[in-house]
Amino acid sequence: MTRDEITTGLAEILEEVAGVNPDDVAEGKSFTDDLDVDSLSMVEVVVAAEEKFGVKIPDNEVQNLKTVGDAVSYIAAQS
Amino acid sequence: MTRPDVVVTGLGATTPLGGDVASTWDAMLAGRSGVSALTQEWAEQLPVRIAAQLAVEPSEVLDRVRLRRLDRSEAIALIAAQQAWADAGLAGSDLDGERLAVSVGSGIGGATTLLAQDDILEASGPRRVSPHTIPMLMPNGPAAWVGLELGAKAGVHSVASACATGSEAIALGLDIIRSGRADVVVAGGTEAVIHALPIAGFSSMRAMSTRNDDPERASRPWDRGRDGFVLGEGAGILVLERAEHAAARGARVYARLAGAGITSDAYDIVQPHAEGEGAIRAIAKAIADADVAKRDIVHVNAHATSTPVGDMLEIGGLHKALGDHPVLSATKSMTGHLLGAAGALESIATILAIRDSVVPPTINLDDPEPGLTLDVAAHKARHMEIPAALNNAFGFGGHNVALVFARP
Repeated sequence: MTRDEITTGLAEILEEVAGVNPDDVAEGKSFTDDLDVDSLSMVEVVVAAEEKFGVKIPDNEVQNLKTVGDAVSYIAAQS
Repeated sequence: MTRPDVVVTGLGATTPLGGDVASTWDAMLAGRSGVSALTQEWAEQLPVRIAAQLAVEPSEVLDRVRLRRLDRSEAIALIAAQQAWADAGLAGSDLDGERLAVSVGSGIGGATTLLAQDDILEASGPRRVSPHTIPMLMPNGPAAWVGLELGAKAGVHSVASACATGSEAIALGLDIIRSGRADVVVAGGTEAVIHALPIAGFSSMRAMSTRNDDPERASRPWDRGRDGFVLGEGAGILVLERAEHAAARGARVYARLAGAGITSDAYDIVQPHAEGEGAIRAIAKAIADADVAKRDIVHVNAHATSTPVGDMLEIGGLHKALGDHPVLSATKSMTGHLLGAAGALESIATILAIRDSVVPPTINLDDPEPGLTLDVAAHKARHMEIPAALNNAFGFGGHNVALVFARP
Protein backbone atom coordinates (compact mmCIF):
# COMPACT_ATOMS: atom_id res chain seq x y z
CA MET A 1 0.00 0.00 0.00
CA THR A 2 1.20 3.53 -0.70
CA ARG A 3 1.32 6.15 2.03
CA ASP A 4 -1.56 7.94 0.30
CA GLU A 5 -3.69 4.82 0.34
CA ILE A 6 -3.05 4.35 4.05
CA THR A 7 -3.89 8.00 4.72
CA THR A 8 -7.15 7.61 2.82
CA GLY A 9 -7.97 4.47 4.80
CA LEU A 10 -7.27 6.29 8.07
CA ALA A 11 -9.45 9.17 6.94
CA GLU A 12 -12.35 6.76 6.42
CA ILE A 13 -11.88 5.37 9.91
CA LEU A 14 -11.61 8.82 11.45
CA GLU A 15 -14.82 9.91 9.75
CA GLU A 16 -16.69 6.81 10.91
CA VAL A 17 -15.43 6.89 14.49
CA ALA A 18 -15.02 10.57 15.27
CA GLY A 19 -16.82 12.48 12.53
CA VAL A 20 -13.57 13.98 11.20
CA ASN A 21 -13.89 15.54 7.75
CA PRO A 22 -11.73 13.40 5.40
CA ASP A 23 -10.46 16.58 3.73
CA ASP A 24 -8.82 17.57 7.02
CA VAL A 25 -6.79 14.37 7.28
CA ALA A 26 -3.19 14.81 6.19
CA GLU A 27 0.14 13.39 7.35
CA GLY A 28 1.12 16.51 9.25
CA LYS A 29 -2.06 16.63 11.36
CA SER A 30 -2.02 15.74 15.06
CA PHE A 31 -4.83 13.39 16.12
CA THR A 32 -5.56 15.25 19.35
CA ASP A 33 -4.58 18.85 18.60
CA ASP A 34 -5.72 19.19 14.98
CA LEU A 35 -8.39 16.53 14.50
CA ASP A 36 -9.95 16.62 17.98
CA VAL A 37 -9.76 12.86 18.48
CA ASP A 38 -10.06 12.13 22.21
CA SER A 39 -8.41 9.22 23.98
CA LEU A 40 -11.41 6.87 23.79
CA SER A 41 -11.94 7.56 20.11
CA MET A 42 -8.22 6.97 19.52
CA VAL A 43 -8.68 3.47 20.94
CA GLU A 44 -11.46 2.89 18.42
CA VAL A 45 -9.28 4.24 15.59
CA VAL A 46 -6.45 1.88 16.52
CA VAL A 47 -8.68 -1.19 16.68
CA ALA A 48 -10.34 -0.29 13.37
CA ALA A 49 -6.92 0.33 11.77
CA GLU A 50 -5.63 -3.06 12.93
CA GLU A 51 -8.59 -4.67 11.25
CA LYS A 52 -8.44 -2.61 8.06
CA PHE A 53 -4.70 -2.90 7.44
CA GLY A 54 -4.11 -6.34 8.96
CA VAL A 55 -1.50 -5.08 11.45
CA LYS A 56 -1.00 -5.14 15.20
CA ILE A 57 -0.61 -1.84 17.02
CA PRO A 58 0.35 -2.58 20.65
CA ASP A 59 -0.87 -0.14 23.31
CA ASN A 60 2.68 1.02 24.09
CA GLU A 61 3.09 2.08 20.43
CA VAL A 62 -0.11 4.12 20.36
CA GLN A 63 1.42 6.91 22.48
CA ASN A 64 4.07 7.41 19.77
CA LEU A 65 1.49 7.91 17.05
CA LYS A 66 0.97 11.64 17.51
CA THR A 67 0.25 12.52 13.89
CA VAL A 68 -1.46 10.88 10.97
CA GLY A 69 2.02 10.60 9.39
CA ASP A 70 3.30 8.66 12.44
CA ALA A 71 0.44 6.18 12.04
CA VAL A 72 0.99 5.89 8.29
CA SER A 73 4.70 5.13 8.84
CA TYR A 74 3.97 2.53 11.51
CA ILE A 75 1.33 0.80 9.38
CA ALA A 76 3.51 0.93 6.25
CA ALA A 77 6.40 -0.70 8.14
CA GLN A 78 4.16 -3.49 9.48
CA SER A 79 2.20 -4.36 6.40
CA MET B 1 -34.66 32.52 56.58
CA THR B 2 -37.87 31.69 54.74
CA ARG B 3 -37.95 28.71 52.46
CA PRO B 4 -37.66 29.70 48.79
CA ASP B 5 -40.46 28.83 46.40
CA VAL B 6 -39.51 26.57 43.51
CA VAL B 7 -41.12 26.87 40.11
CA VAL B 8 -41.04 24.96 36.83
CA THR B 9 -39.80 27.09 33.95
CA GLY B 10 -38.97 24.54 31.26
CA LEU B 11 -40.21 21.17 30.01
CA GLY B 12 -38.73 18.63 27.62
CA ALA B 13 -39.67 15.12 26.61
CA THR B 14 -39.37 12.45 23.99
CA THR B 15 -41.98 9.74 24.40
CA PRO B 16 -43.98 7.03 22.66
CA LEU B 17 -46.54 9.72 21.83
CA GLY B 18 -44.26 12.36 20.37
CA GLY B 19 -40.75 13.70 19.98
CA ASP B 20 -41.43 16.70 22.20
CA VAL B 21 -43.72 17.97 24.96
CA ALA B 22 -46.28 19.65 22.69
CA SER B 23 -46.87 16.62 20.47
CA THR B 24 -46.94 14.29 23.48
CA TRP B 25 -49.48 16.46 25.30
CA ASP B 26 -51.69 16.82 22.20
CA ALA B 27 -51.70 13.04 21.77
CA MET B 28 -52.55 12.54 25.44
CA LEU B 29 -55.47 14.92 25.31
CA ALA B 30 -56.69 13.14 22.19
CA GLY B 31 -56.50 9.80 23.99
CA ARG B 32 -54.03 8.19 21.61
CA SER B 33 -52.15 5.01 22.50
CA GLY B 34 -48.40 4.82 21.95
CA VAL B 35 -48.34 1.04 22.25
CA SER B 36 -47.59 -1.12 19.24
CA ALA B 37 -46.44 -4.60 18.30
CA LEU B 38 -42.76 -5.46 18.57
CA THR B 39 -41.91 -6.65 15.08
CA GLN B 40 -38.18 -7.09 15.74
CA GLU B 41 -36.79 -10.58 15.29
CA TRP B 42 -35.59 -10.77 18.90
CA ALA B 43 -39.17 -10.39 20.11
CA GLU B 44 -40.50 -13.45 18.33
CA GLN B 45 -39.81 -15.89 21.17
CA LEU B 46 -41.02 -13.62 23.96
CA PRO B 47 -44.29 -14.06 25.83
CA VAL B 48 -44.72 -10.26 25.56
CA ARG B 49 -44.47 -8.80 22.05
CA ILE B 50 -45.84 -5.27 22.57
CA ALA B 51 -44.28 -2.07 23.87
CA ALA B 52 -44.59 1.71 23.76
CA GLN B 53 -41.64 2.66 21.56
CA LEU B 54 -40.34 6.16 20.93
CA ALA B 55 -42.31 8.14 18.36
CA VAL B 56 -39.12 9.84 17.14
CA GLU B 57 -35.84 7.95 16.95
CA PRO B 58 -32.83 9.69 18.56
CA SER B 59 -31.02 9.36 15.21
CA GLU B 60 -33.45 11.92 13.80
CA VAL B 61 -32.24 14.45 16.37
CA LEU B 62 -28.60 13.73 17.26
CA ASP B 63 -25.80 13.13 14.79
CA ARG B 64 -24.37 9.68 14.15
CA VAL B 65 -20.97 10.25 15.73
CA ARG B 66 -22.54 11.61 18.91
CA LEU B 67 -24.86 8.62 19.16
CA ARG B 68 -21.93 6.18 18.92
CA ARG B 69 -20.94 7.07 22.46
CA LEU B 70 -24.39 7.38 24.02
CA ASP B 71 -26.61 4.67 25.39
CA ARG B 72 -30.16 5.15 24.13
CA SER B 73 -31.22 6.25 27.64
CA GLU B 74 -28.47 8.89 27.59
CA ALA B 75 -29.33 10.10 24.11
CA ILE B 76 -32.98 10.70 24.95
CA ALA B 77 -32.14 12.33 28.27
CA LEU B 78 -29.91 14.75 26.35
CA ILE B 79 -32.62 15.43 23.78
CA ALA B 80 -35.26 16.11 26.44
CA ALA B 81 -32.82 18.25 28.46
CA GLN B 82 -31.93 20.37 25.44
CA GLN B 83 -35.63 20.95 24.81
CA ALA B 84 -36.31 21.87 28.44
CA TRP B 85 -33.31 24.17 28.53
CA ALA B 86 -34.43 26.03 25.40
CA ASP B 87 -38.04 26.05 26.64
CA ALA B 88 -36.90 27.76 29.84
CA GLY B 89 -35.23 30.45 27.78
CA LEU B 90 -31.83 29.43 29.10
CA ALA B 91 -30.17 28.46 25.81
CA GLY B 92 -27.27 30.82 25.30
CA SER B 93 -27.79 32.43 28.71
CA ASP B 94 -24.97 33.45 31.02
CA LEU B 95 -26.25 31.38 33.93
CA ASP B 96 -23.44 30.67 36.41
CA GLY B 97 -22.60 26.96 36.13
CA GLU B 98 -21.84 26.86 39.85
CA ARG B 99 -25.53 27.64 40.49
CA LEU B 100 -26.77 24.91 38.14
CA ALA B 101 -27.28 21.27 39.21
CA VAL B 102 -28.61 18.19 37.46
CA SER B 103 -30.77 15.43 38.93
CA VAL B 104 -31.59 12.85 36.27
CA GLY B 105 -32.10 9.19 37.00
CA SER B 106 -32.87 5.95 35.29
CA GLY B 107 -34.58 2.85 36.65
CA ILE B 108 -32.42 0.29 34.90
CA GLY B 109 -29.63 2.23 33.16
CA GLY B 110 -27.59 1.26 30.13
CA ALA B 111 -28.79 -2.33 29.92
CA THR B 112 -28.96 -2.44 26.12
CA THR B 113 -25.34 -1.29 25.91
CA LEU B 114 -24.32 -3.96 28.41
CA LEU B 115 -26.06 -6.65 26.40
CA ALA B 116 -24.79 -5.46 23.01
CA GLN B 117 -21.19 -5.23 24.23
CA ASP B 118 -21.47 -8.64 25.86
CA ASP B 119 -22.49 -10.01 22.46
CA ILE B 120 -19.35 -8.42 20.98
CA LEU B 121 -17.20 -9.82 23.80
CA GLU B 122 -18.51 -13.33 23.18
CA ALA B 123 -18.27 -13.12 19.40
CA SER B 124 -15.04 -11.15 18.84
CA GLY B 125 -13.13 -10.96 22.12
CA PRO B 126 -12.29 -8.24 24.62
CA ARG B 127 -10.31 -5.96 22.27
CA ARG B 128 -13.44 -5.37 20.20
CA VAL B 129 -15.46 -4.13 23.21
CA SER B 130 -16.08 -0.41 22.73
CA PRO B 131 -14.03 1.98 24.88
CA HIS B 132 -17.31 3.87 25.37
CA THR B 133 -18.93 0.88 27.10
CA ILE B 134 -18.49 2.06 30.69
CA PRO B 135 -19.67 5.67 30.26
CA MET B 136 -22.60 4.28 28.25
CA LEU B 137 -23.78 1.80 30.84
CA MET B 138 -22.95 3.59 34.08
CA PRO B 139 -26.18 4.57 35.85
CA ASN B 140 -25.04 8.18 36.30
CA GLY B 141 -24.37 8.45 32.55
CA PRO B 142 -27.57 10.31 31.58
CA ALA B 143 -27.15 12.87 34.38
CA ALA B 144 -23.47 13.30 33.57
CA TRP B 145 -24.10 13.91 29.87
CA VAL B 146 -26.81 16.45 30.64
CA GLY B 147 -24.50 18.19 33.10
CA LEU B 148 -21.72 18.26 30.52
CA GLU B 149 -24.01 19.62 27.83
CA LEU B 150 -25.38 22.43 30.01
CA GLY B 151 -22.25 23.21 32.02
CA ALA B 152 -23.66 22.23 35.42
CA LYS B 153 -21.07 22.64 38.17
CA ALA B 154 -23.20 22.57 41.32
CA GLY B 155 -23.45 18.77 41.31
CA VAL B 156 -24.77 16.09 39.00
CA HIS B 157 -26.98 13.52 40.71
CA SER B 158 -28.48 10.26 39.57
CA VAL B 159 -31.28 8.91 41.69
CA ALA B 160 -32.25 5.27 41.20
CA SER B 161 -35.52 4.12 42.75
CA ALA B 162 -36.96 1.93 39.99
CA CYS B 163 -40.32 3.26 38.80
CA ALA B 164 -40.24 6.15 41.28
CA THR B 165 -36.92 7.45 39.89
CA GLY B 166 -38.21 10.35 37.80
CA SER B 167 -40.28 11.71 40.66
CA GLU B 168 -37.56 11.23 43.23
CA ALA B 169 -35.09 13.03 40.96
CA ILE B 170 -37.50 15.98 40.87
CA ALA B 171 -37.92 15.83 44.65
CA LEU B 172 -34.14 15.94 45.02
CA GLY B 173 -34.08 18.99 42.75
CA LEU B 174 -36.58 20.68 45.06
CA ASP B 175 -34.35 19.96 48.05
CA ILE B 176 -31.26 21.27 46.26
CA ILE B 177 -32.90 24.61 45.51
CA ARG B 178 -34.52 24.92 48.93
CA SER B 179 -31.19 24.27 50.63
CA GLY B 180 -29.55 26.97 48.54
CA ARG B 181 -27.09 24.71 46.71
CA ALA B 182 -28.30 25.84 43.27
CA ASP B 183 -30.71 28.30 41.63
CA VAL B 184 -31.60 26.01 38.75
CA VAL B 185 -31.87 22.22 38.64
CA VAL B 186 -32.45 20.21 35.49
CA ALA B 187 -34.39 17.23 36.81
CA GLY B 188 -36.17 14.18 35.50
CA GLY B 189 -35.84 10.61 34.34
CA THR B 190 -34.97 8.51 31.33
CA GLU B 191 -35.42 4.89 30.32
CA ALA B 192 -34.76 2.84 27.22
CA VAL B 193 -34.75 -0.88 27.87
CA ILE B 194 -37.12 -2.30 25.28
CA HIS B 195 -35.02 -5.39 24.77
CA ALA B 196 -35.50 -9.14 25.16
CA LEU B 197 -33.83 -9.51 28.56
CA PRO B 198 -35.70 -6.82 30.54
CA ILE B 199 -38.95 -7.93 28.93
CA ALA B 200 -38.23 -11.57 29.78
CA GLY B 201 -37.38 -10.57 33.35
CA PHE B 202 -40.50 -8.51 33.94
CA SER B 203 -42.65 -11.09 32.25
CA SER B 204 -41.19 -13.86 34.40
CA MET B 205 -42.49 -11.82 37.33
CA ARG B 206 -45.89 -12.00 35.61
CA ALA B 207 -45.95 -8.21 35.75
CA MET B 208 -46.54 -7.49 32.05
CA SER B 209 -49.60 -7.53 29.85
CA THR B 210 -49.63 -10.32 27.28
CA ARG B 211 -52.40 -8.78 25.19
CA ASN B 212 -50.17 -9.18 22.14
CA ASP B 213 -53.03 -9.24 19.66
CA ASP B 214 -54.41 -5.86 20.75
CA PRO B 215 -51.49 -3.54 21.65
CA GLU B 216 -53.41 -0.27 21.90
CA ARG B 217 -55.80 -1.77 24.42
CA ALA B 218 -53.19 -3.56 26.51
CA SER B 219 -52.51 -0.80 29.05
CA ARG B 220 -55.78 -0.41 30.91
CA PRO B 221 -55.38 0.83 34.48
CA TRP B 222 -58.34 0.15 36.82
CA ASP B 223 -60.14 -1.85 34.14
CA ARG B 224 -61.25 -5.33 35.17
CA GLY B 225 -59.60 -6.77 32.08
CA ARG B 226 -56.10 -5.42 32.91
CA ASP B 227 -53.36 -8.03 32.96
CA GLY B 228 -50.14 -6.14 33.64
CA PHE B 229 -48.12 -3.14 32.52
CA VAL B 230 -46.82 -2.33 29.04
CA LEU B 231 -43.15 -1.39 28.86
CA GLY B 232 -42.47 2.07 27.45
CA GLU B 233 -39.36 4.10 26.71
CA GLY B 234 -38.69 7.81 26.82
CA ALA B 235 -37.36 10.73 28.82
CA GLY B 236 -38.95 13.64 30.66
CA ILE B 237 -36.99 16.62 31.95
CA LEU B 238 -38.06 19.67 33.97
CA VAL B 239 -36.19 22.88 34.61
CA LEU B 240 -36.74 23.70 38.28
CA GLU B 241 -35.83 27.17 39.42
CA ARG B 242 -35.82 29.30 42.53
CA ALA B 243 -38.92 31.46 42.07
CA GLU B 244 -37.08 34.73 42.68
CA HIS B 245 -34.40 33.74 40.20
CA ALA B 246 -37.04 32.99 37.57
CA ALA B 247 -38.82 36.27 38.26
CA ALA B 248 -35.60 38.26 38.05
CA ARG B 249 -34.91 37.03 34.53
CA GLY B 250 -38.55 37.34 33.49
CA ALA B 251 -38.98 33.61 32.88
CA ARG B 252 -42.33 32.11 31.97
CA VAL B 253 -43.54 29.93 34.87
CA TYR B 254 -45.60 26.78 34.23
CA ALA B 255 -46.35 25.88 37.83
CA ARG B 256 -44.98 25.82 41.33
CA LEU B 257 -43.40 22.62 42.59
CA ALA B 258 -45.10 23.06 45.93
CA GLY B 259 -44.02 19.98 47.81
CA ALA B 260 -42.71 16.44 47.84
CA GLY B 261 -43.19 13.40 50.05
CA ILE B 262 -40.82 10.43 49.99
CA THR B 263 -41.28 7.26 52.00
CA SER B 264 -40.15 3.64 51.89
CA ASP B 265 -42.26 0.62 52.74
CA ALA B 266 -39.75 -1.63 54.55
CA TYR B 267 -42.17 -4.39 53.62
CA ASP B 268 -41.20 -6.38 50.52
CA ILE B 269 -38.70 -6.00 47.70
CA VAL B 270 -41.37 -5.90 45.00
CA GLN B 271 -44.85 -6.17 46.54
CA PRO B 272 -46.45 -2.92 47.67
CA HIS B 273 -47.60 -2.82 51.26
CA ALA B 274 -50.99 -4.54 51.50
CA GLU B 275 -52.76 -1.43 52.81
CA GLY B 276 -50.69 1.00 50.76
CA GLU B 277 -49.31 2.37 54.01
CA GLY B 278 -46.11 3.78 52.52
CA ALA B 279 -47.98 5.43 49.66
CA ILE B 280 -50.46 7.05 52.04
CA ARG B 281 -47.63 8.47 54.12
CA ALA B 282 -45.88 9.81 51.01
CA ILE B 283 -49.03 11.59 49.84
CA ALA B 284 -49.69 13.01 53.32
CA LYS B 285 -46.10 14.24 53.58
CA ALA B 286 -46.26 15.87 50.15
CA ILE B 287 -49.46 17.69 51.03
CA ALA B 288 -48.05 18.87 54.35
CA ASP B 289 -44.81 19.93 52.67
CA ALA B 290 -46.70 21.83 49.98
CA ASP B 291 -48.81 23.80 52.41
CA VAL B 292 -51.71 23.45 49.97
CA ALA B 293 -55.26 22.72 51.15
CA LYS B 294 -56.41 19.18 50.34
CA ARG B 295 -59.55 20.53 48.73
CA ASP B 296 -57.42 22.44 46.20
CA ILE B 297 -55.77 19.24 45.00
CA VAL B 298 -58.52 18.36 42.57
CA HIS B 299 -56.51 16.19 40.16
CA VAL B 300 -54.17 13.23 40.58
CA ASN B 301 -51.95 11.74 37.91
CA ALA B 302 -51.86 8.29 39.46
CA HIS B 303 -49.06 5.74 39.31
CA ALA B 304 -51.65 3.19 38.03
CA THR B 305 -49.58 0.88 35.85
CA SER B 306 -52.34 -1.57 34.83
CA THR B 307 -51.22 -4.33 37.18
CA PRO B 308 -53.91 -6.31 38.98
CA VAL B 309 -52.81 -5.49 42.56
CA GLY B 310 -51.11 -2.08 42.48
CA ASP B 311 -53.86 -0.12 40.75
CA MET B 312 -56.48 -0.70 43.41
CA LEU B 313 -54.10 -0.28 46.36
CA GLU B 314 -53.38 3.22 45.13
CA ILE B 315 -57.10 4.02 45.03
CA GLY B 316 -57.41 3.03 48.68
CA GLY B 317 -54.39 5.15 49.54
CA LEU B 318 -55.70 8.20 47.71
CA HIS B 319 -59.03 7.86 49.49
CA LYS B 320 -57.36 7.82 52.88
CA ALA B 321 -54.79 10.53 52.18
CA LEU B 322 -56.78 12.94 50.06
CA GLY B 323 -60.50 12.19 50.26
CA ASP B 324 -63.02 11.46 47.55
CA HIS B 325 -62.97 14.68 45.51
CA PRO B 326 -59.97 14.44 43.10
CA VAL B 327 -60.40 13.51 39.45
CA LEU B 328 -57.84 10.90 38.47
CA SER B 329 -55.93 10.12 35.35
CA ALA B 330 -53.69 7.20 34.43
CA THR B 331 -51.71 8.46 31.49
CA LYS B 332 -49.82 5.14 31.37
CA SER B 333 -52.93 3.88 29.58
CA MET B 334 -51.51 5.83 26.60
CA THR B 335 -47.74 6.00 27.16
CA GLY B 336 -47.13 2.59 28.68
CA HIS B 337 -44.87 2.42 31.71
CA LEU B 338 -41.64 4.38 31.25
CA LEU B 339 -40.17 2.97 34.49
CA GLY B 340 -37.51 5.47 35.63
CA ALA B 341 -38.91 8.16 33.35
CA ALA B 342 -42.55 7.62 34.34
CA GLY B 343 -42.62 10.03 37.29
CA ALA B 344 -40.99 12.74 35.20
CA LEU B 345 -43.26 12.37 32.19
CA GLU B 346 -46.30 12.23 34.46
CA SER B 347 -45.11 15.32 36.31
CA ILE B 348 -45.08 17.08 32.96
CA ALA B 349 -48.64 15.89 32.30
CA THR B 350 -49.67 17.09 35.78
CA ILE B 351 -48.12 20.52 35.20
CA LEU B 352 -49.80 20.92 31.81
CA ALA B 353 -53.12 19.78 33.28
CA ILE B 354 -52.86 22.68 35.75
CA ARG B 355 -51.82 25.14 33.04
CA ASP B 356 -54.52 24.15 30.55
CA SER B 357 -57.26 23.39 33.11
CA VAL B 358 -57.79 19.92 31.70
CA VAL B 359 -57.51 16.40 33.08
CA PRO B 360 -56.04 14.04 30.46
CA PRO B 361 -58.06 10.94 29.69
CA THR B 362 -57.56 7.38 30.88
CA ILE B 363 -58.13 5.23 27.84
CA ASN B 364 -59.29 1.60 27.81
CA LEU B 365 -61.25 2.00 31.03
CA ASP B 366 -64.21 0.14 29.59
CA ASP B 367 -65.16 -1.98 32.58
CA PRO B 368 -64.04 -0.23 35.77
CA GLU B 369 -63.24 -2.22 38.88
CA PRO B 370 -66.11 -2.07 41.37
CA GLY B 371 -63.63 -0.71 43.92
CA LEU B 372 -62.83 2.28 41.72
CA THR B 373 -64.67 4.72 43.94
CA LEU B 374 -62.85 7.83 42.79
CA ASP B 375 -63.78 9.83 39.71
CA VAL B 376 -61.65 9.12 36.63
CA ALA B 377 -61.67 11.07 33.38
CA ALA B 378 -62.30 7.92 31.36
CA HIS B 379 -61.85 7.90 27.57
CA LYS B 380 -62.09 11.68 27.18
CA ALA B 381 -60.21 14.64 28.60
CA ARG B 382 -62.18 16.71 31.10
CA HIS B 383 -61.97 20.48 31.35
CA MET B 384 -61.94 21.86 34.88
CA GLU B 385 -60.09 24.39 37.01
CA ILE B 386 -57.06 22.79 38.68
CA PRO B 387 -55.49 24.97 41.40
CA ALA B 388 -53.20 22.12 42.47
CA ALA B 389 -52.53 18.51 41.53
CA LEU B 390 -50.70 15.46 42.78
CA ASN B 391 -48.42 13.04 40.97
CA ASN B 392 -47.71 9.61 42.45
CA ALA B 393 -44.87 7.25 41.64
CA PHE B 394 -44.01 3.95 43.32
CA GLY B 395 -41.10 1.65 42.63
CA PHE B 396 -39.83 -1.87 43.21
CA GLY B 397 -37.84 -1.70 46.41
CA GLY B 398 -40.72 -0.07 48.27
CA HIS B 399 -40.13 3.50 47.07
CA ASN B 400 -43.04 5.94 47.27
CA VAL B 401 -42.83 9.49 45.96
CA ALA B 402 -45.65 12.02 45.80
CA LEU B 403 -45.25 15.48 44.27
CA VAL B 404 -47.63 18.42 44.58
CA PHE B 405 -47.71 21.00 41.80
CA ALA B 406 -49.75 24.20 42.04
CA ARG B 407 -50.61 27.22 39.99
CA PRO B 408 -47.84 29.80 40.16
